[in-house]
Amino acid sequence: MSGTSQHQAIGMMSSDSIPLLGRGSAYDVESVRFRYQSNESPAARWILDNISFHVQEGEVLGVVGPNGSGKTSLLKVLARLMTPQQGHITLFGQDLSAKTQREVACLVGVVPQDTQMLFPFTVAESVLMGRFPHRARDRWIGGFGWENREDLAIAEQAMMTMDIVHLAHRSVPDLSGGERQRTVIARALAQTPKVLLLDEPTAFLDLQHQVEICSVLRRLRDEGGLTVVLVSHDLNLVSQYCDRILLLDRGQIVRLGGPGEVIEPEVLESVYRCRVLVDRHPSTGLPRITLPGRQLSGEN
Amino acid sequence: MVQPESYAEVLSHQPGRMVSQGSILTNSRWMATLGVLSLTAVVVGLICLHFGAQPIAYGEVLQALFDTVSLKDSTDETSDIAKTILLQVRLPRILLGFLVGCSLASVGVALQALLRNPLADPYVLGVSSGAALGAAVGILFGVGTTFLAETALPACGFAGGLLALVVIYRMAATYGQLPIHSLLLTGVILNAIFSALIMFITSILEPNRSYGMMAWLMGTLTAPTYGSLVALIIYLSIGLFLLFRHMRVLNILALGEESARTLGIDTEQAKRSLFVLTALVTGAVVSVSGMIGFIGMVVPHAVRLVIGADHRLLLPASALVGGTFLMSADTVARTLIAPTEIPVGIITALAGGPFFVYLLLWRKDRLA
Repeated sequence: MSGTSQHQAIGMMSSDSIPLLGRGSAYDVESVRFRYQSNESPAARWILDNISFHVQEGEVLGVVGPNGSGKTSLLKVLARLMTPQQGHITLFGQDLSAKTQREVACLVGVVPQDTQMLFPFTVAESVLMGRFPHRARDRWIGGFGWENREDLAIAEQAMMTMDIVHLAHRSVPDLSGGERQRTVIARALAQTPKVLLLDEPTAFLDLQHQVEICSVLRRLRDEGGLTVVLVSHDLNLVSQYCDRILLLDRGQIVRLGGPGEVIEPEVLESVYRCRVLVDRHPSTGLPRITLPGRQLSGEN
Repeated sequence: MVQPESYAEVLSHQPGRMVSQGSILTNSRWMATLGVLSLTAVVVGLICLHFGAQPIAYGEVLQALFDTVSLKDSTDETSDIAKTILLQVRLPRILLGFLVGCSLASVGVALQALLRNPLADPYVLGVSSGAALGAAVGILFGVGTTFLAETALPACGFAGGLLALVVIYRMAATYGQLPIHSLLLTGVILNAIFSALIMFITSILEPNRSYGMMAWLMGTLTAPTYGSLVALIIYLSIGLFLLFRHMRVLNILALGEESARTLGIDTEQAKRSLFVLTALVTGAVVSVSGMIGFIGMVVPHAVRLVIGADHRLLLPASALVGGTFLMSADTVARTLIAPTEIPVGIITALAGGPFFVYLLLWRKDRLA
């Protein structure tokens, strides 16, 4: 995909202009509280402390916040990997905790932070595993469950989307971090999910692939109505590519809104406890964050 | 980056690219691989029938097998002796070796995926010694001499193996994913405790029974009666059949527990049933053949290097290779210094131990 046309396209889709009203919500999160429970500290602090928000169907929601603010925990709660002690979550209007893991897997794809692979599965095999929740029902041939033509086509589509078709025969442990990351995203896409949850999807990627993955996510949202929840440390990336941003601090929502509402110097300085410069991105007009940098003494 | 077509468009085109590159397991590759391995197992089995304290010509071997299958009486007396040796001594022992090897390799595959650890093996983890302790307790209380021997000893072994796996499981649950060194350490400690208890039981038995127990513990395949062979086959076919139904689940579990859950697996339930099945199979095997080590680790590892990681092929292929390997190792054990027999556990440990050290020292990168 060419860089310039993408930038223009994204520029036109500034968050404030997107009408999200009138669509259903993918997730309704009502006063959720979560903490890790252990015998040593039964009254540990709440990792997620009374959180309520909605994820609109077909939006790209960025979740940001300092280390330990509860971003990853929030994602895991949404993926039903962890169950909150209090509160209520619905997925497309249905109680999340009442669904089986398989039902959730048919609707929600997850890209975890850690993508290590120990065994030498090929890239194609790894992506095809995304078809598992849709094909888990064949009980008698459950041991084999050969993928059918549809599964192969969907997996190949996902590999094309993530630009890894040429790696199909390679062994996943031999891949570079970025290639492995794209393989995992392709596997999540092969689940044909309605919602994609990603934890730091661009952490290992070079600039080209960061831009590509974010553009792909935008395109899947625009063309397929995919709902995306994206956890990232990269405020600039989130600001440029997300419709709305959820800013977390110590388990609570500090602010939720379009990039213009959340990426504000005062808000960020109070949460991150350091000075930041915010200006406008030259081509999109969206807020852009810069660190203050060192003092250049003796010049000018 | 390739511009993707719509899903509908893709569905209409031939998905040939991935298949032609040999990048995924196909039905035909599955059949071909297992066909070749089965044929190899049969040929190796015939070679093992030939060898012994007194080699028997291949023609006679085939003739005897053919006669048995067609229920025909043989004609002359000399071949009658050979036939008795073949059918009453060598054949059941070779079949036993094959079954034990199959089972140990299959259990190894399952444990490696389950614990996400390529060094996992029932012997190294202490599951075998747990099963041995269970069987030893059974022998101590006289189960071995009763009519129950063939069914009750495997059950005792199952209980002991399950005990060991529960300890390992608790450790794994406490630490999340059990790091490699903790896993090995757990195995060392379990092995030490169980061995001490087995030694204790051995020391309080009468001398002739304790000698038999020692020989069994070292890992020996003794020619079984067809009755006990059938009992073992029943145990193992239930265990292995249920284990083989988890082949796809093992693929997904090998990704890690969290990823497996996001792909729709109830991991707690899957882990529970897999642990019980591995204990069942290990218990049955150990109760008849003692502690034969390293097959469960070496065979899956070697097979994975050649055919890839997909458990739908890895599990049955490892089973066939494991069976073939143990048949051959046992033939070496009973012919190397014939008529004296070496416990086959010594052969497999001598072959597998150095491989284990190699993995630990030179393949650290793969052990995470």
